[in-house]
Amino acid sequence: MIDKDAIGSTDDGYVMQVELGKIREFARATQSANPAYLETANPVIPPTFLTTQQFWSTPGSGVFSKIKMDRRRLLHGAQEYIFHGPPPSAGTTLSVQTRIDDIYEKEGRRGGTMTFVVSVTEFRDADGVLVAEARSTAIETGRAPEKDAS
Amino acid sequence: MNLKWEDLSVGTQLPEREYGPLTITDFVRYQGASGDFNPIHHDDAFAKSAGFPEPFSVGMLQAGILGSYVTDLFGAENVRRFSVQFREQVWAGDRLICTGEVVAIRDGADAGKGERSIDLKLNVARVGGGSAIKGEATFVVA
Repeated sequence: MIDKDAIGSTDDGYVMQVELGKIREFARATQSANPAYLETANPVIPPTFLTTQQFWSTPGSGVFSKIKMDRRRLLHGAQEYIFHGPPPSAGTTLSVQTRIDDIYEKEGRRGGTMTFVVSVTEFRDADGVLVAEARSTAIETGRAPEKDAS
Repeated sequence: MNLKWEDLSVGTQLPEREYGPLTITDFVRYQGASGDFNPIHHDDAFAKSAGFPEPFSVGMLQAGILGSYVTDLFGAENVRRFSVQFREQVWAGDRLICTGEVVAIRDGADAGKGERSIDLKLNVARVGGGSAIKGEATFVVA
């Protein structure tokens, strides 16, 4: 079971460098050929690039280490990114902090009891200005759904 | 090839675009780029031990492909919100069709910032299957 006491807990925060090569790599991996990512010297990040935050957190310090979800039954339910202006560009240093916003359960149609964990991550620039936010919903299913189930 | 303000109104359908067929290599390449190394997306034995017939794609890969689709249409620097809900899983061999529709349009007068913007409803469909992703996005439009 996932402990609901984790609601409201935050990680210690960390710093993320937005790197040019990582933007190029991520754009290619998401099948973009957009010169805005691949050919400019100072590209903005792709819409889902902030998922690479996980390279920058200190191992074991992440807020999810307090929750212990089972990877065999883990599904990604939803993901949202909000940008308060143009997305951050290469060379930007971001301060990152994640909190557990909510944990709740639902009865699934075919997966047993599903536990939903909603986390919110804030990204601030060097002046402390909130430039982007991410909201993620992870789901731990009761059992693995079948490939051909509908 | 950014779409122009004059061409947009509520109900405007975005040109559809096909990606794939996706391969395990595409999954692995995305896992390397993103830092999500869950073996369920590339390790056959691990996927089977979790009750799946084979590895399946990272949801964030098809989300990222949808992001590539929509930034090609409206410009990388113009995205202000990008949101996805994951539906059907995507498997090796799947071809994906990205589509979208304009659902709201703001001329900037009411926003106070003078910025024109649009809201989009987006979809990633598996060819021969159902929806893999339902998405929404907001873009400013020059």
